[in-house]
This record gives sequence, structure tokens and C-alpha cells, in this order.
Amino acid sequence: MRVLRLALWRLAASLPTLLLILAGMFLLLQLAPGDTVDALMAQMGGGDAALAEDLRRFYGLDVGIAAQLWNYLMRLATLDLGFSAIYGKPVATVILERLPPTILLMAASLSFAFFFGLVLGVIAARRVNKWPDTLISTLGLIFYATPSFWFGLMAIVLFSVYLQWLPAGGFGDITQSYTGIAAVLDIAQHLVLPTFTLGLIFLAIYLRIMRASMLEVLSLDFVRTARAKGLSETRVVTKHVLRNAMLPMVTLIGLQAGTMLGGSVVVESVFALPGLGRLAYESVVQRDLNTLLGIVFVSALLVITINFLVDILYARLDPRIVSGS
Amino acid sequence: MTGPNRREMLLLGAAAMIPTSLAAQETPRRGGVLTVHFSTEQRILNPSLQASTGVYIVGGKMQEALVDLDAQGNPVGVLAESWESAPDGLTHVFRLRRGVTWHDGKPFTSADVAFSAMEMWKKILNYGTTMQQFLTEVQTPDPHTAIFKYERPMPQGLLLRGLPDLGYVSPKHIFETGDIRQNPANNAPIGTGPFKFVQYERGQHIIAERNPNYWRENMPYLDRIIWRVVGDRAAAAAQMESGQLLFSPYSALSIADMQRLGRDPRFEATTRGNEGNVRTNTLEFNFRNPILADVRVRKAIAHSLNVPFFIENFLGPFAKPGTGPIPSVSTDYYPTSPMPQYGYDVAAANRLLDEAGHRRGAGGVRFNLRLNPAPWGEDIALWSTFIQQSLQQVGIRVEIVRLDAAGFLRTVYNDWNFDLATGWHQYRSDPAVSTTVWYRSGSPRGAPWTNQWGWTDPTIDTIIDNAATEVDPVKRKALYADFVQRAQTELPLWMPIEQIFVSVFNRRIRNAGNNPRWASSSWHDTWLAS
Repeated sequence: MRVLRLALWRLAASLPTLLLILAGMFLLLQLAPGDTVDALMAQMGGGDAALAEDLRRFYGLDVGIAAQLWNYLMRLATLDLGFSAIYGKPVATVILERLPPTILLMAASLSFAFFFGLVLGVIAARRVNKWPDTLISTLGLIFYATPSFWFGLMAIVLFSVYLQWLPAGGFGDITQSYTGIAAVLDIAQHLVLPTFTLGLIFLAIYLRIMRASMLEVLSLDFVRTARAKGLSETRVVTKHVLRNAMLPMVTLIGLQAGTMLGGSVVVESVFALPGLGRLAYESVVQRDLNTLLGIVFVSALLVITINFLVDILYARLDPRIVSGS
Repeated sequence: MTGPNRREMLLLGAAAMIPTSLAAQETPRRGGVLTVHFSTEQRILNPSLQASTGVYIVGGKMQEALVDLDAQGNPVGVLAESWESAPDGLTHVFRLRRGVTWHDGKPFTSADVAFSAMEMWKKILNYGTTMQQFLTEVQTPDPHTAIFKYERPMPQGLLLRGLPDLGYVSPKHIFETGDIRQNPANNAPIGTGPFKFVQYERGQHIIAERNPNYWRENMPYLDRIIWRVVGDRAAAAAQMESGQLLFSPYSALSIADMQRLGRDPRFEATTRGNEGNVRTNTLEFNFRNPILADVRVRKAIAHSLNVPFFIENFLGPFAKPGTGPIPSVSTDYYPTSPMPQYGYDVAAANRLLDEAGHRRGAGGVRFNLRLNPAPWGEDIALWSTFIQQSLQQVGIRVEIVRLDAAGFLRTVYNDWNFDLATGWHQYRSDPAVSTTVWYRSGSPRGAPWTNQWGWTDPTIDTIIDNAATEVDPVKRKALYADFVQRAQTELPLWMPIEQIFVSVFNRRIRNAGNNPRWASSSWHDTWLAS
């Protein structure tokens, strides 16, 4: 019950931010030259002026900007995200279709990055300035410095073109129709490469944070006390150090949920995944305002939710942080 | 229009021809799934409402037009069996094929043709609205005859060359109620074609399956066609190599990948089957800038660009120098008389610029210009950089302004906020359909790919108007020669490079590229070797 109240309070507090983001986004897009009819003309390869005028009326672009924004906010008040110009369907439907691949990809890469970042960070901290630390830190630096699209393409060349182990892209094998377990395995197979590609950069960040945080905590007084108590080194690390060192990692998850939504544009494009990132990119290029604002709205909700969960996790990791205060 | 272009095939080597001749002797195999690269998702799939290659590549397999082009590029009946035209060009009679049914089982009749022509081609279809603007009615004396009536003469050649692209028929019984643009059948086409729509997952794929009731006996051969949405060019090339894709149409891969896959024995990269889809690279001048309003400056700019060098080093075997607004593959209208040309000649360029009064100032710079390249196509980006560097040599400093599609169209064709622009002119079978609008004055502000240069020339306007209604093919060709002559003399824009789109096929595909608009055509005779 307290959690629910906290959740509602959090949501209410984010409403003004959300409104500002949406209005700002709307106005920002007005600054981009051209509208959705221009984009459609580009796709059609030509059309006369009367046709363009007719289309502007069809897409509701024949009224002023203020009126368009007002219409949009009024519709949003009734939770109506409007109609997508490129997809010819309600925006809510379009986004719901695209949400599962994005969330799956995000969850998979976050877990991957978090888990291995943690393990590698701990190893590096335990063997600080010895060869495992140097190796892990160098690898981390390489992962961090390499653009993810390049990683993705190289992974495709190696695993799909040469070794032929994994599919080169897509969210499922459409030449076959799988059901049940086979379908799940099929999707999992298609997500392996994108997960690694998206996860590697974040893995690099996590392992560096974990290493630094471990080293810091290891030098604190209570660790010395724990050692003085005669606890084994493993016990000191798992029971005392790890828990405290995890706090910055958890903070980072909350912060990076948004980054990951953005980073997935590249990965989704390279692996031809039908996710939210690619949808956002297409909406900008096609000047499909309704869809873009819908995505901003949903992404904002997603980030708020994740940060909320992070807050709860905080309280569990460190009882001194009382949620709700 | 020529058939498969022999020059291009020779260019790509004899190897390209062997599988085709072999294919002709093999017995077609039934079955198989053809996976096709779909690079840009479209808003609709209905070719009666949107004339673009991205729509034909999908909708063209499900819906059919009255006529298509045969291997030699001549009109051949599809839903129309035969046609005749009155000598005055005001009446054209189409006799329709009997026993054809829509995918939902309803019979195809002349009412469908009349509805498509009057409500779709004339009112909504881009390019169709121009071509059919003088169509007054379509009479349907019986279910198998459609009589097109025009208020001004419509040359038969223009109509028949326009219809393969602009003559797709949609079912009247599906579209007659409600808003045509919002009809769900626009994204789940119901046609008469060899393949029936199954599923469209946005961002992922479109699936169509064999139409068992297709009017051509024992066709089509393929069981299914799957279009996979792959936006990233490098990823698409990898999917071609891994076999997830079998065909990538319309130059959707990078130039380097097309050349690389073309050398791989598993693939064929060719312009064959795209002869009906020619484009020229343009250089557009804004006459509102007084510097560019001087024809000497425009000619000097043209003389400064070494087009053959650019083609050889950047575009490879898929391009050649252009000679004017009508590309050389258009044998019906390509002028036989010599046209004014502007070869690479830096000395001439410098002389012309001096004559125009633009002496070199500080740092050798004569004046500054902005160049807006269109965002489609790798070649345009390369070409714009080449222009920038070439013009520097003659003392013109160029600033490149890159925008996305919507931004480019708005800035150049509506706001006129540019000095130079470069993009593609896509030639669509007849100059009156696609080309003369680039030169004719009086185009409303904002209409893309039309004369928005601030240039008005009554001479060329008269030639264009006369040619559009001239029913005698010989006189029509002569008028278009005059048109090109005038266009190349005044040079309101320049079209120095001619390119045919490139298809990359997996060699398992048979009968690939066997007509000049193959990627857009219905693929009823396409089959897959095992």
C-alpha cells in the first residue's frame, strides 16, 4: 500500500515534466523544415500542389501550430495518443506492437551488462594492478570506445555470414511458423547478437564503476573490522563489500534506462528489429508528430517506472535510505 | 524504351548473360519462398494511389495494371487484352480480359477500371493527376469494355507508356464506400494479381502467397513472397550473403557492396530489368540569385565538373554521362540530332566567369554559393562533395547544406532557400509524365521536382504544351528534340549523369529481370532453382 502511494506520488510529480517534454518536443519538431506531407511527397517521388494541399487537410496540418498543439494536449488529456500518419493506425496500437522487442532487448542487455559488469568488476578489484585487472580494464576500454553499429556489423559478418550460427537480423524466422517453445527459442536466437551488441558498451561502464566502487569500499574502516573479526576474504567481499559497492551500480541502471532506449535505435537498425527506437527514428524522418510524441510519452513513463523500481531497490540494499521520505 | 540494355550487360561481363540463357532452357520449378529486401517502408501498398517503386515492389505483385511492358519494352496487355484509339486522340477504347476475379472472388469488370481511373488516378495518384487531368469520363458500355474520353488529345504512346506505372486497378466494391485514403485495403491489397496478401507486420515483414485462381494458367510458380524490412544497407548486404534475402532491388545496397556482391559467383548485380527506371543526377540553379541568373555562370559551373572522372571513380559501371533531360534509354524520344553539351573545360569556365564580371577576389574566391543535396542515395552525397571541390578550382566557394527528405523538399521547392540543389530526376517512360514539369513555368509553389527555379521561358512552355497533345508520334519526337535543344541551351538545370537502378539477385532466382520494370512487375513467371 505504501509502495502504491509512493508510485502514485511519483507519477503525479513527473506530470509537469512530462507536459514540458511533450510541448517542447512538439515545438522543436516545428523548427525542423518540412512536414509529414513533404516526407510523403519524397516517398512518392512527386505530386502536384493541389494534392499536397489535400493531404495537409487530411493530416490536420491546415490549422495553426498553436491550434495543433492545443488539439494534441486535449486529446492526450483523455489518454488518446492520436492517429499515426505513417502507419494509418492509432498511435497506441503502433507503440504497443513495437514495445515488446524493445523491452526484451533492453531487459536482456541490461541483465547481461549488469551481471558480467559486476563479476568482472569484482575480479578486477580483487586483483587490482595485476594481469587480470589490466586485461579486464583494457577489454572494457575497447568495448566502450567501439561504436555499437560496428560491433553489430562485425558480429553479423562473423556469426551469420561466415559461421552461419545465428540469424543476421529480424525478430523471428518468418519463413517458418513456430509455436510454443520453438517460437521462444527462435526469438531468443534472434536476440543473441543484438543483446551482446547493445550490452557490451554498458558492460564496460558497469565494470569500471564496480571496480572503482569495490576499491573504495575495500578501504573503509568496517572492512578492516570485518577482517579483524577473522572473516574469510570471500565472506568479507560477498557479505560486506559487495552490498555497499552495488549502490552506484543500481543508480546507474536508473540513469541508463533512458540511454539504452536511445542506444537501441542503432542496434535495432543494424539487426532490423521492429522496436521503439527505429519507430522513433522513422517518425522524425517522416515528421509523424503524433507517433513521435506518443513514443516520448511512453518512454518517459518507462524511465519513470524503472527509476521507481530502482528507488525501492535502494531501500532494500541500504536500510538507511528510507523510501518515501 | 529498349529491351534489356545490351551495352550494360556487356559492361558487366559475359558472365551475367550465361545464367539467363540457361534459365530459358530449364523447366520452371513450382514452389519456394522468395525473400525480398524492403528498404523503405511505405505508408500504403496500393499502387492505384501511390506511384513509387517502394509501392510497386510489393503492391505490384497483388494488383495488376491494364498494360505492362514486355521484354522489348513494348506495351503488352495485362487486364486489358487489346486497345484502339481514335485518330483525334480524344477517345481510347480498352477491351478487358474476361474470367478474371479479384482475390475475394468477385469478378473484375469495366466498372472497376472506370472507378480506379476517375476516383484514384485522376484525383489522388501522384503523376496520375497530371497525366489524367483532361480525362472527362470512362464509359462502360459492357463489363468488358472501358472507353476513356479526353477533352484534349491524349497521344496513345503517352497513355500506353504511362499505364504500366499509373494504371493499376483497384476493386470498386471495396473502395466505393468511405474515404479512399483510409480504406484498410490500402495496406492489405485486394487485387487480381498472382499473389494474395497474407500479413503485414510493420517494421518487420510483409507476406503474400500464391493465388491459386490466377488467370494465367499454372502460374505463378512461387509459393510465397516475403519482404523483409531492413533499413541498414550494410545489414542488408550481410543478409544477402547469409541467404536470408534473395533479392535487393533499386540500388538499396551501398555502391561498394553492390560491386562486391556482383563479383561473387552466388550473386548477380545488374541494371537488367530496371531499364524502365532511369534516373539522372541533377544540378538545379536558383535564378533568384542574380549570379546564377546569368547563363554564362551556369555554363561555367557545368564546364568545371569532370563528369566522366566522377563516374569512373565513384559510381562504377552502373552510371554513364547524361546528355540532357531525356535519357538515352528512351529510344522513342531520345533526340537523334546533336544537343549542346558542356564538357570538362576549366579554362572555358574561368573565361565565362570573368566575362560575367566575377573576378577572383581575396584568396582567389569569386563568390560563395550554398548547395542543398537531396538525402536519398549515396551517389548524391558523393556528387555534392565532388561539386564543392571542383568549383573551388574555379574560385567558387560552396557550402553544403544537408537536410533530411522533408527538410530538403521544403527548403528547396517551397522556401526557395538555396543557390544550388542536387538530387534525382526519375524518368518515367515519357517526358510528359515526369520530365517536362522540371522546365514548364507556372508550377504552383511547393510542388517538388518541378520548375521552382524562378525561370520562365515562353518558348519552352509552348514546345512542352504542343508535345503533350501531339498525337502523331513522329511530330511528337521532333518536338521533344526541340525541347531538349532549348533546355540544354538555356540550362535552367543540368542533368549530367544517367543511372539505371541496380538489382542484386541471388542466382537461384530464374526469369529475373526479364522485362524493363521487372522489380515493379508481377513476378508471375519468376521461379526459384533448388
